[in-house]
Amino acid sequence: MVRGVIFQIVLIACVVGLVGFLVHNTLSNLASRSIATGFGFLQKEAGFDVGESIIPYTPADNYGRALLVGLLNTLKLAVCGIVLCTILGTLVGIARLSTNWLISKLAKVYIEITRNIPLLLQLFFWITMVRLAPSPRDAVELLPGVYVMNRGVLMPFPEPDPLHTYIYITFLVGVIATFAVARWAKQRQMATGQQFPTFWAGLGLIVGLPLAVFFIVGAPLVLDVPKLQGFNFRGGVGLTPEFVAMLVGLVVYTGGFIAEIVRSGILAVSNGQSEAASALGLRRGVTLRKIVLPQALRVIIPPMTSQYLNIVKNSSLAVAVGYFDLVSAANTTINQTGQAVEGIAIIMAVYLTISLGISLGMNVYNGRMALKER
Amino acid sequence: MTDTALTNPSLRPPVTQVGVIGWMRANLFNSILNSILTIIFAYIIVRVVYALLDWGLIHAVWHAANARACRAADSGACWAFIGEKGRLILFGRFPYEDQWRAVLASVLFVIAMGLSGWRAFWNKRLLYLWIGVTAVNSVLMWGGVFGLSFVETSLWGGLPLTLILAIYPTMFSFPLAILLALGRRSRLPIVKSVCICFIELIRGVPLITLLFMASLMLPLFLPAGVTIDKLLRAVVAITFFTAAYIAEVIRGGLQALPKGQYEAADALGLSYNRKIISIILPQALVVVIPALVNDFIGVFKDTSLVTVIALFDIVAAMQNALVDPDWRGPTMEAYFFVAAIFFVFCYAMSRYSATLETTFNKGRRR
Repeated sequence: MVRGVIFQIVLIACVVGLVGFLVHNTLSNLASRSIATGFGFLQKEAGFDVGESIIPYTPADNYGRALLVGLLNTLKLAVCGIVLCTILGTLVGIARLSTNWLISKLAKVYIEITRNIPLLLQLFFWITMVRLAPSPRDAVELLPGVYVMNRGVLMPFPEPDPLHTYIYITFLVGVIATFAVARWAKQRQMATGQQFPTFWAGLGLIVGLPLAVFFIVGAPLVLDVPKLQGFNFRGGVGLTPEFVAMLVGLVVYTGGFIAEIVRSGILAVSNGQSEAASALGLRRGVTLRKIVLPQALRVIIPPMTSQYLNIVKNSSLAVAVGYFDLVSAANTTINQTGQAVEGIAIIMAVYLTISLGISLGMNVYNGRMALKER
Repeated sequence: MTDTALTNPSLRPPVTQVGVIGWMRANLFNSILNSILTIIFAYIIVRVVYALLDWGLIHAVWHAANARACRAADSGACWAFIGEKGRLILFGRFPYEDQWRAVLASVLFVIAMGLSGWRAFWNKRLLYLWIGVTAVNSVLMWGGVFGLSFVETSLWGGLPLTLILAIYPTMFSFPLAILLALGRRSRLPIVKSVCICFIELIRGVPLITLLFMASLMLPLFLPAGVTIDKLLRAVVAITFFTAAYIAEVIRGGLQALPKGQYEAADALGLSYNRKIISIILPQALVVVIPALVNDFIGVFKDTSLVTVIALFDIVAAMQNALVDPDWRGPTMEAYFFVAAIFFVFCYAMSRYSATLETTFNKGRRR
């Protein structure tokens, strides 16, 4: 007991001493190199341009805004990546368990290749592939109005119209109503055992209702379709080559890991469970939804969380292909101002916040899915 | 007695149930959907494999003076680039005439890694093996003794550097990781919170930030006048990074151990240190060896990130080879070459880890 207390006091002394030593050294080094300290530089003019931005940005804006642009780009990449790699990973994971030998082996080859080659190398490969695509004049029309070329991907986008506001509002109402219906249906099923077609009702509310409003207000849709003018395209919304390469690279790499997680999750549910369900007379779909999936998710969620965190952290490799993410923004800022301590502190704080946020969210979800023992 | 199956018990099963046709019916065409999928994917596979063979073998160029001669000779891959730049990619800027030293060092590392996977070596011999290999390889890489010329670390590169950056941080991080894992499970509140802070802080940020920190901030942290080698800085960053991850793996092993083991050790009156060293760790560490191998694969792949702080690992050496104006263009060939090297190492280790897992689980599965 006494030894424990003494040990802890010594530990505190060591940690405080080390931190004090480092801070003292850093301050004296900064002073001798006449580097400014503090976060005042965030208000200064950045002077560099960025590859792409969701919010308006010019080189005349300050460093703070440049970092914000980088953060938003990181989040955009991470969100798209998480959604797509979940879909890809789940498909490949199921394919791995397919009774079709060819598909199962193909999934295995995909998993082994993506998991055993460094992400950085895969990103180099994808950015080279994107740059090898044809020039705008020979762009490939993948779908009507969707063009793929070495300057990225262009697709049509509806031009904004004041009447669209009503559609957005109905969409929101539809989502909220669906939640309410699902809650009511569950309570009714618990009380009376009667089932309610929640899925179809929700589909009608979320898709059908806004569609109806769209036609009622007179179908105000003008598509901004990309058109070739001279050497380049005009109109439409585009994805830059860097973004495409980053997204494809992250999704393909992480998809391999998620496929293995999904596969082991499904295998973890014993056969007896689905046999028992079919013995009770449940249909295949219901068995999958109500018996197998909830139990598989219990195994899948914790490792899936760490893969989502990996996507967020791996998006920092954007610096290698020239996508303007948070790390690129901070790196440029550090190079220009010399304030490495503040720059790295900002990066670390942001990533820690995102990581802890995702962990927290997934823990709450996991807590709801976890086995409730009485 | 007309039933043939009874009168002639050695009758062969129908030809559609066994052999190639039977196998194909059971595994490729067992339903309408599967038949359609099989045909679609078989077509795609044939096309892709043919395109790859066409590019990589049939129309490939094996000898050429430069990239332009390559393109003029044929339309396929320019493997002449690998012939010309292979040594640069594999050994970086290590002095050309001394590269046999880098080759020998890499071979020794690979042999030592192979021996470490052999269970007969899981005792004191492993320690002697790595001390020996480290000593010999230090002499080979640095030189300066026995008539070998001195090579400074900034000239190290390619495969030996990749191996060094994967092996040594993992080795150094191991004791740190054990302390962190024990600390995180400790009953002393301050020890526990310090360990949790360290682990979560490191696991929450990308390795690239730690590498930037090591290259930009470490010089600021040290007293004026003290400088440390760039390679050492990377080793320090990767060590801390790996320690946090391995600590979590070891914690998993500690948690998997039945409570009875702790209680029995306490009942025997063993001190905390004795209990941990003699009872808990030997059992907990064996359980997590497959997971540790997987972590090592992760570190091995992550070493490619040191290219952002201008260390010449195999990926950076590859990029360096690609900027030669005489050899502009064979980018894909270079990627394939380096990817193949990584694949061989990582795939071998992942197979090994999978085998180990089945072996360990054998005793536990009844």
